Amino acid sequence: MAQLVPLIILIPALGAFVNIFVGSRLKEEQSALIGIFASTFAFIIALLLYFGLLSTNYQEAIVNPFFFDSWIRIPAVGMMENGLGNAFVGGLEIPWQMRVDTLSVTMMLVITGVGTLIHVYARGYMHDDPRFSRFFAYLNMFLAFMLVLVTGNNLLMLFVGWEGVGLCSYLLIGFWFDKAHGEGWRNSNAARKAFIANRVGDLGLLMAMFLTFWTFGTLDFYKPGEIVNPDVQTGAAYSDSHGGYGEEDVHNEEGGAAEAGEELSSQIVLMSTLGAAEPEGEGENAAIAAAPAYEDNSHLTMNQMGIFGQAERVLDEQEASGEPLMVDFGPFEYSFGTVLVIITLFMLLGAAGKSAQIPLFVWLPDAMAGPTPVSALIHAATMVTAGVYMMVRANTFFHNAELTSFIVALVGASTALMAGFIALGQWDIKKVLAYSTVSQLGFMVAAVGMHAYVPAMFHLVTHAFFKALLFLGSGSVIHGVEHGEHHAHEHHGDGHDAEHMHDEMGEPHEEVNPEAFDPQDMRNMGGLAGKMPITAITYAFGALALAGIWPFAGFWSKDEILADTWVYAVGGGYGPLHALSGWIVFPMLLVAAFLTAFYMGRQYWLVFMGLPRTEAAKQAPESSLWMTIPLMVLAFFSLTLGAMNQPGTHRFATWLEYSARHAHASQFLIILALIATALAIGAIVLAIRIYGDNKGYVDGQDALERDDRFATAFRASNARLWWDEAYDAVFIQPFNRAGGFLADRLDWKWLHDDFHDALTNGFQRTGQIFAKPVDQGAIDGTVLGLGRLAQWSSNRLGRFQTGYVRVYAVVLLSGALLVLIFLLIPLIGNGG
Amino acid sequence: MLPTLPVETEAFIILSFALFTIGTLGVLIKRNAILVFMSVELMLNAANLALVAFARQWGNLDGHLFVFFVMTVAAAEVAVGLALIVAIFRSKKTIDIDELHAMEG
Repeated sequence: MAQLVPLIILIPALGAFVNIFVGSRLKEEQSALIGIFASTFAFIIALLLYFGLLSTNYQEAIVNPFFFDSWIRIPAVGMMENGLGNAFVGGLEIPWQMRVDTLSVTMMLVITGVGTLIHVYARGYMHDDPRFSRFFAYLNMFLAFMLVLVTGNNLLMLFVGWEGVGLCSYLLIGFWFDKAHGEGWRNSNAARKAFIANRVGDLGLLMAMFLTFWTFGTLDFYKPGEIVNPDVQTGAAYSDSHGGYGEEDVHNEEGGAAEAGEELSSQIVLMSTLGAAEPEGEGENAAIAAAPAYEDNSHLTMNQMGIFGQAERVLDEQEASGEPLMVDFGPFEYSFGTVLVIITLFMLLGAAGKSAQIPLFVWLPDAMAGPTPVSALIHAATMVTAGVYMMVRANTFFHNAELTSFIVALVGASTALMAGFIALGQWDIKKVLAYSTVSQLGFMVAAVGMHAYVPAMFHLVTHAFFKALLFLGSGSVIHGVEHGEHHAHEHHGDGHDAEHMHDEMGEPHEEVNPEAFDPQDMRNMGGLAGKMPITAITYAFGALALAGIWPFAGFWSKDEILADTWVYAVGGGYGPLHALSGWIVFPMLLVAAFLTAFYMGRQYWLVFMGLPRTEAAKQAPESSLWMTIPLMVLAFFSLTLGAMNQPGTHRFATWLEYSARHAHASQFLIILALIATALAIGAIVLAIRIYGDNKGYVDGQDALERDDRFATAFRASNARLWWDEAYDAVFIQPFNRAGGFLADRLDWKWLHDDFHDALTNGFQRTGQIFAKPVDQGAIDGTVLGLGRLAQWSSNRLGRFQTGYVRVYAVVLLSGALLVLIFLLIPLIGNGG
Repeated sequence: MLPTLPVETEAFIILSFALFTIGTLGVLIKRNAILVFMSVELMLNAANLALVAFARQWGNLDGHLFVFFVMTVAAAEVAVGLALIVAIFRSKKTIDIDELHAMEG
């Protein structure tokens, strides 16, 4: 069983691998089959893990994949002290450990379940695309990374998955980077925007990781042997029996722990951070099964606990001793509470990037440039939920960082409200859904800020299903309208084909081709319910779920968030700041819920009801079975998933309590539920009254635009509250100017022209000095001069050769006389 | 023993020197090749005279012996020289040595 866990990552990775390298040689069906099979296989493993957890009483497992002894191990000599002053074995030890607990299995099921449905859908949607196999490769790669993210047992693995899904998001948003007429540029710009906004968030997560490691000396969530939630896990503990940590008595134990352990032991491969792992022996009855039961973690030293356990221990000690524990950073130190706040604030930044909160949400609407399956999978169901997952995983930190939770709640609520407002002014069908996603993520983040971790996760799960349904439905609509446009042009045979562009994304492209027909523009739709009945009905399911109408799933999850917020507000919560945040957040969320129902009603009536506004809409066909069957499956879940966490049974809350220390079941306030439902139904009725009877879009204006009371508001909403323009003015333009300055003036003009030219000119002139005077002048002069000297002297000497005999005779005589004189000189003095 | 006049050797030497000088000047001044040869002969004979004078002074026959050598060489030289002059005349139709400067450089 434990051996299967790494496969959940490996099989999709393998599928991606195959599709990348041999995909171009495969037929569409084969490529899709590989992708769908990999995804299904992962889903089956997730299911097996789910049932495994059920059978072992939710006992979590920490699994080391085969042949991965350790991942990062940088040893250091001796012991080091972490920021808290605890000694730990020096060096960096981050193992590649996978964690199978209820929280991660929840995420796995959502990811692989919705993912598989989307793979199936994509087979129909991406039909005839020239890079079909590459698409499925990217989808599988995304699955693999996302699963790394949720199964990681430490922050670094989470980060690896985090970055990986960011990369896949970039690749998939920019999938159609080669479309003509400037489309490709728009897609790749959107992809880059997503990547860069994510990167800003990554900075937050990185800083949080650094601080965490500094403070605690490890990045592991929970080490083997730790109990996550002592309130529910008494008697279900186990220890690791390695000598380095201190001796544990290993003896057989009866009771639930042993049975649980037996099922579990084959799932756990423990690893010692000090060295070799204890061999698991027969595998069935390993040391874990035979461990004594512990009530809580008090038997563990700080080194044996992960970051959350250590945090809890420190907080307990602080409470007991009354004075704060200081974390030592070298030249300065902060109290532990402050450090927790800082870490969680950085995590919030990371979540804001990945889960599209204020101020980093701007990439999500642009990301609609990608194909619709991508929007459904990544930007509705999975990647954007990674931020929420991370925060729920770190619930211990957030629960104890009051200030951060306050800020988180405010950020979430304001994002929910703002995005809800923007959604009702959009004309593009996918943009409405994109802002709706941002808004719903705001709900989840607000729930986290309100310490309501179970409602946040519940909403995450239900939202994944109905938002994916809505996106896939919109994809079906877009396909239908496109086909309708084709049929319309065939029938009329007009010569507009040159302008007719098969663009799949974005708003009306004023900059690209103003004449082009945009199949995503709701103004080109209308009355599609008659033409595309399955799409219309399933879309209605999704819309009702999103609006939060009983008995759809969205009702239950959204209501829990509202209920918890209200309860904390009036009940005082965990502190005055918490209660205050409740008072602020609750009305904002209520208004956001109202807006949600309103814009969904608007969208539904503009798209499906009334009369078709264009030829294309009149002839839109229903989509293929490949696309409609996932729609139906998702619609079913949108209706029934509320059963997961009914007010009486609270099965999901119980389930999550085993993984999240501060998870708890929520109350169900019937009055609040009635109020919320009434608001939602009222919003829908209002929308029908405004947008029904073909009044929604008349004379190029939305119904709200025509009303003077709301015209300004509508225009503000349509303009997306000018966020992108503001970012452009504040960041992009100065950045471009700075870049231009650096490139043109500094680099080209100064460095290349002035500096380099000065260098080369100087060099040239030096060379010239050496060439002309030195080489030509001196050296040549010398050599040639010698020759000329020889010539001149021979010339002059040659003049002695007169040719006259008498001259020669005189010379002869003179020479003889000279010799004679020289011989006789010595005799002058003495002889005579 | 022949009766000798008490003539000093210096007289011979002076005469030899005078002859030699005249001969040298003749070599240097004369333009006629034959006259240059005659001057050379004069120089040689002056040298002969000096040799004989010293042989007389010391009563030695070495000087006389050397005179024989000189005479032989002079004769050979004249023979060759006159042959050369004849050849030059055939070519240049003159024996003015100032006309012979074709080997100038």
